[in-house]
Amino acid sequence: MITSFLFKALDRRAIWVVSALIALAILVPASNLMLPFDSAFHVSNFTISLIGKYLTYALLALALDLVWGYCGILSLGHGAFFALGGYAMGMYLMRQIGSRGVYGDPILPDFMVFLNWKELPWFWLGFDQFWFAALMIVLVPGALAFVFGWFAFRSRVTGVYLSIITQAMTYALLLAFFRNEMGFGGNNGLTDFKDILGYDIQSDTTRAVLFAASALALAASFLICSGIVRSKFGKVLVAVRDAESRSRFIGYRVENVKLFVFVVSAMMAGIAGALYVPQVGIINPGEFAPANSIEVVIWTAVGGRGTLIGPIIGAVLVNAGKSVFTAAFPEFWLFALGALFVATTLFLPKGVVGSFSSAMTWLRLRTGKSDAPVAEPTVRAAE
Amino acid sequence: MQHLIRFLIALLIVPLLLTSVSAQTDPRSLINAMAVGNLKARAAQIEALAATGDAKAVPALQALSDGALYFRKSDKQVFIAQKSGKNFDLIDPLTAENIGSFPKGSVSKVKVNNSLRRLIRSVIGTLTLLSPDPQIRIAAAQTIFKTGDPESLEALDRALVQEKASNVRSAMELARASVILKSDSTDADKIAAITLIQKGDGREGLPLLNEFAAQSDGAVAAAANKAIGEIEKTIALLDIGQTVWYGISLGSVLLLAAIGLAVTFGVMGVINMAHGEMVMLGAYTTYVVQEIIRTGYPGLFDYSLALALPLAFLVSGSCGFVMERTIIRFLYGRPLETLLATWGVSLILQQTIRTIFGSTNKEVGNPTWMSGAYELGGLTLTANRLWIVVFALFVFAALFVVLKKTGFGLQMRAVTQNRKMASSMGIRTPWVDALTFALGSGIAGIAGVALSQIANVSPNLGQNYIIDSFMVVVFGGVGNLWGTLIGALTLGVANKFLEPFAGAVLAKILILVFIILFIQKRPRGLFALKGRAVEA
Repeated sequence: MITSFLFKALDRRAIWVVSALIALAILVPASNLMLPFDSAFHVSNFTISLIGKYLTYALLALALDLVWGYCGILSLGHGAFFALGGYAMGMYLMRQIGSRGVYGDPILPDFMVFLNWKELPWFWLGFDQFWFAALMIVLVPGALAFVFGWFAFRSRVTGVYLSIITQAMTYALLLAFFRNEMGFGGNNGLTDFKDILGYDIQSDTTRAVLFAASALALAASFLICSGIVRSKFGKVLVAVRDAESRSRFIGYRVENVKLFVFVVSAMMAGIAGALYVPQVGIINPGEFAPANSIEVVIWTAVGGRGTLIGPIIGAVLVNAGKSVFTAAFPEFWLFALGALFVATTLFLPKGVVGSFSSAMTWLRLRTGKSDAPVAEPTVRAAE
Repeated sequence: MQHLIRFLIALLIVPLLLTSVSAQTDPRSLINAMAVGNLKARAAQIEALAATGDAKAVPALQALSDGALYFRKSDKQVFIAQKSGKNFDLIDPLTAENIGSFPKGSVSKVKVNNSLRRLIRSVIGTLTLLSPDPQIRIAAAQTIFKTGDPESLEALDRALVQEKASNVRSAMELARASVILKSDSTDADKIAAITLIQKGDGREGLPLLNEFAAQSDGAVAAAANKAIGEIEKTIALLDIGQTVWYGISLGSVLLLAAIGLAVTFGVMGVINMAHGEMVMLGAYTTYVVQEIIRTGYPGLFDYSLALALPLAFLVSGSCGFVMERTIIRFLYGRPLETLLATWGVSLILQQTIRTIFGSTNKEVGNPTWMSGAYELGGLTLTANRLWIVVFALFVFAALFVVLKKTGFGLQMRAVTQNRKMASSMGIRTPWVDALTFALGSGIAGIAGVALSQIANVSPNLGQNYIIDSFMVVVFGGVGNLWGTLIGALTLGVANKFLEPFAGAVLAKILILVFIILFIQKRPRGLFALKGRAVEA
């Protein structure tokens, strides 16, 4: 069954994407570590952490695309799952600091010593083990998504209402994590990490490995998403997106379909967050900001929702644009981003990839070379 | 010879002058008189000063009691002295004017003892109780109320005889009751005093009664305890009232922010994420109007808000109109895309304002009629909050009238209920959409004028309100103004009631969680529209 799942997932395009990502995972770290500094192909430390960050963003956008592009659930709270995964990783990294913190407490992280806490809160227990943290990275966002989705989909909260309450969810978490009493470092979040799995988090090798891990996680997630959307279940997803009531009348349990895909997506977002934190070296409540979650939506929209490659391209494009813009004309970045939102929704409803493939289809039909148009899932108003 | 005559005349006149000076009721000379004479004479001097009934003598008396009254040896002028380094700063006791610094040796202290201090205390009480300014009289009565000094009983009785203003009288009677509790009056008198205190300002009287109840026994203690219980009950009620008021105040802010959204979201199903920026534009319009007034026409400052209101409506309304015509109308039927596009607009508007005005908070002043506070049966209502509540209700009523009583409102409601049918009946639905959107944005603009009075005017102003406004609209039910009103007030009051138990942040989180759960139960809000329009 798994082989057939994989076989279905690996159509020609998916093979391309996955091999490109694997190549990226090998070549970029190799060039960073092995090539001399003056080589034309040397990737600098700065670039590698920048692209590594983009890859985790791409994974987050892919996760959002799975629910939005294929199932029509516009979540404005995916940043929350991302941040939760990041916090789980951050907690592990905090425990790894051990007695090297400013206050030198072997167990308590600095901020707890600062707040005069005597012992570790129960929810920090176990985070000194990597396997436990890794489990939590997927379980915590997954559990939140399960509980949230269980209620929301069962009561048939749809469309903008769902978007608004997902936004309320991430906003509530933002406020909660800002509180010192929560035990997650309040305002400052978690930072000043030293080791990951015993390796120095600042070293070039660790950085390169983290980069490779991000690329491979993205490739694996791409495979999973590809398997999901090409399976029979994927067709049901699209059916729910395009005609929810009709799918329900035919006999599908729409809420279960949605719940499953929502939970899977939240777990992917959690993994993305967990890979993001060691590469940027900090996680703070700002990651929960509703604006961040909306920005993820625009990455997906720019790239093209309802395609799996789209969100990856979108995330990288928009963030590369952001890096260039904020460096060159910091004043204009918000203008550009705002214009991007407006222009994408008005002129590129299918995103870069969707528009490109419809243009190709149109061309092929015009020249009469194609036997059948590519069965691209049509993007409709996700209501 | 002539010299001798002159000298004799002078000898005759000088005592005359002296007596006329001491008979004078000029406080300055009475104060200066204290430079001479022994402690016994001082009592008479103090009495003489008190007899003037001039409250201006109080600082000097106070200084005498505190041992800070000195006289200048050179001319026997009496001053209040403040030590500064090795010297004394001399301050005129009547005008509070600093005369200058003098070396220690050039001044000498006016002597005082404890019996004189007691006299001074009661004299001060009397003087201020007889002051021509009713505010000072009330303050004096309140001081006596707190200290309950038995010495002041006589002064109070004297003041009460001639007091006419009823609010001063009641303050004095309260003070008298407090004095009676401390004195050795009869039990009956004390019980009467307890009742008086209980009826008066309970919150202030509570420590007094507590102290009294601890010291006394028998019927008096029982009466005091009963009064304490009653006062605590009243205070609890007042606290609830105050919380409700804070809640209503917060609710009216939410209502202002959300009411425009209720129009655009309710009537057109458009998620306007730039709504908060319309509020911000209104606030900045107020700022610009005030700046112009400040530089050009300072006299008009009190009218700045009245001038800003129509302008803010125009600015935000036209901004909304342009937005609808250029962006939103292409996205009808695609609410999620509208959400994204309007979010983009909100980013652009924020950055525009930031580029023009900078990202720091702007100072928007309160007109005089909006500062200060009112007392209402033990509740404190600050003027700006009160005006905002009134204003929010006024906006609500005005919008309600527009929707129910005008042709435009009728068309708007028709489009809300059944767009296709309205269109078939000849209503130009695109035009109605554009005007509705302009109306909703305009209302957000005037909300901005009001919010500029209580919130920081910065480019992020809108962001702070957008999620709250959505919560209100979704909670109240889309397409229903009453829902918005009740939703806003409920959330405001609930928030304020949670705050004492949970803290401000946790209260907000709880409210958000509550709304998320509430939506599960009633996905269309408190007052849901029923019928086919809902599914469209």
